[in-house]
Amino acid sequence: MPEATTIRLRDDTPCMEPAVTLEAFAEQTNAVAVRIEPGGDARALLAHLDRLARVDIAFPAFTDGRGYSAARILREAGFAGELRAVGDVLVDQLAYMRRCGFDAFAPDAPIDMADAEAALARFPHVYQSAADERTPIWTLRHEPGDAG
Amino acid sequence: MYAYDQYDQAMVDARVAEFRDQCERRLAGKLSEDQFKPLRLMNGLYLQLHAYMLRVAIPYGTLNARQMRMLATIAEKYDRGYGHFTTRQNIQYNWIKLEDAADILADLATVEMHAIQTSGNCIRNISSDHFAGAAADEVADPRPYAELLRQWSSFHPEFSYLPRKFKFCVIASETDRTAMRLHDIGIRIVERDGELGAQFYVGGGMGRTPMIAPLVRDFVPLDQLVTYAEACLRVYNRYGRRDNKYKARIKILVHELGAEEYTRQVEEEFAHLLEQGIEPPLAELERIRGFFELPEPLRGKPDAAAGKNDDRQLDPRLRGGDGDGGELGTWVQHNTHSHQHPDYVSAIVSLKPVGGIPGDATADQMRVLADLAERYSFDELRVMHTQNVVLPHVAKADLPAVWQALSEAGMGTPNADLMGDIIACPGLDYCSLANARSIPIAQRISERFAANGKEATLGELKLKISGCINACGHHHAGHIGILGVDRKGTENYQLLLGGSEAEDTSLAKITGPGFDEHGIVDAVETAADVYLREREDGERFLDTYRRIGMAPFKEALYA
Repeated sequence: MPEATTIRLRDDTPCMEPAVTLEAFAEQTNAVAVRIEPGGDARALLAHLDRLARVDIAFPAFTDGRGYSAARILREAGFAGELRAVGDVLVDQLAYMRRCGFDAFAPDAPIDMADAEAALARFPHVYQSAADERTPIWTLRHEPGDAG
Repeated sequence: MYAYDQYDQAMVDARVAEFRDQCERRLAGKLSEDQFKPLRLMNGLYLQLHAYMLRVAIPYGTLNARQMRMLATIAEKYDRGYGHFTTRQNIQYNWIKLEDAADILADLATVEMHAIQTSGNCIRNISSDHFAGAAADEVADPRPYAELLRQWSSFHPEFSYLPRKFKFCVIASETDRTAMRLHDIGIRIVERDGELGAQFYVGGGMGRTPMIAPLVRDFVPLDQLVTYAEACLRVYNRYGRRDNKYKARIKILVHELGAEEYTRQVEEEFAHLLEQGIEPPLAELERIRGFFELPEPLRGKPDAAAGKNDDRQLDPRLRGGDGDGGELGTWVQHNTHSHQHPDYVSAIVSLKPVGGIPGDATADQMRVLADLAERYSFDELRVMHTQNVVLPHVAKADLPAVWQALSEAGMGTPNADLMGDIIACPGLDYCSLANARSIPIAQRISERFAANGKEATLGELKLKISGCINACGHHHAGHIGILGVDRKGTENYQLLLGGSEAEDTSLAKITGPGFDEHGIVDAVETAADVYLREREDGERFLDTYRRIGMAPFKEALYA
């Protein structure tokens, strides 16, 4: 059961609806969860973001990084629902996924919650802007009061 | 040069801790080799034929004496007493134990160094002109832009699992000393109407399908540099091919889409990303620029020395060619480059002694370089993509002492850009991808041309050797290139002519059937002899080849 191993970093009630494919979504106007495969275009969803509660982004292989761009594109467009990384999701990729806007993870192989927390807390700062709220180092450096 | 602040240091330290944890999980069997591989690669750790290889980043090829001494210490403490400088201005160690890897990274972190993203399908160490900030022909020092891109690309969350590796190069002169257009993205800082901006060349590369990068944008304002790079990468990350690793580089995407369509997609993404406010504050670029100011005594450049070194300005002892400077004069003639300041030069330290392994340096040699940098070059060293080292700011008056010290340490060979200054990949002696040995071929050619006395007569001649079609030895860009292949279980070497890595970038062409390991050395000499016979006044090998074409060479080679 995916729910058993899902790591969720948001407090709202999870949307338990099954996700439909991007193709099916075009015809099923009542679907509230959709799944994007690596080759799918996240921008196809942009007109419908307000009625989506969850988007699953598939990682059939953790080395295929297209899902990182898909996630950021959705967040940049203002998507506020759950963004779930599904599939070959490993503890060593969690921090980057989080930065790209993922706030839920449904890994094929369970990830220990303590390991996940350690991985997410590993880097004290970030160098660049992404889809999270963290302030890049290059901004911190020039804030008033920064000791440099 | 750039110095870490507490943020940079904290990030590098965190990376060491992360990698230590990953290594422990691998050794404990909690990570499979498949899971571990991309992680170790992003920390520069390759599994080669005999051992692990660790590639340490030298951002834009710049380092100081303290860092060079640490590289020497690592060579002795964890390797066999030497290191190998690479074509991407890095250094690699070929005999590393996995158990030591995290300790090495921790040692590096104490001198503001790391191995982050020196391998793997991510944005690699940013390279630049080895004479950056010293040469007279630049509109600006390109390294502040390279440093900004280093920070932007470090731990980039979206671009760490790209279709394939990704190499940036940043220069700031019309003259190209870096093979800029043979990078995934080559950036040239230019000045237009008094404003600095960046030209973006995207989709170049060597490898099995060499391509020269087309110009995608002629002027990116400096306050949009990172955003434009982000747009270029996002289009690639989304649409670069992932079905075939040999077609996964951005050059294939740009080629298949066409430069115009790729550019259109980038511009669309760029317009979108400009709205996202991801660009660093310009104050950060200013802060970084402050680290790259010329040393105090060199500022104010009285009268920029234009063009090549002018012998007439030199002390007679330093004159090469027909001058009376003897061996020192010959070295000054070949191994120095004009500096912004007329009393200074940049000195090239050859890591290509006759019969030596191109790019190798012992720990003792590294320490000599560190000492010389401190004493004579304002504590600065550069690594060249030609696998040599530069002392960027040497007073002309100090050249005799520098040359003397280098010669005593076996690094005074006067062969920069000559036949003996060979680029060679590690080849089958180390690399698990190689089909043939590169190093022994380089050694034999170097010995041949030292023995026959033709090297000086031949003048500028760039010879580059790769041990397989992945082209790490840049054979496509050699005036003469050699490609090692496997032919029915024996090493066979193809000869190529007419490549250039300079601003007149061109790709070398294969002469015909390959040669065995002895035949290829003869073939190089035959090609050199054709040039000597056919050349007209002032022509380099490459110029003659371009004028007379392949036919006379083929005739001589396959008669």
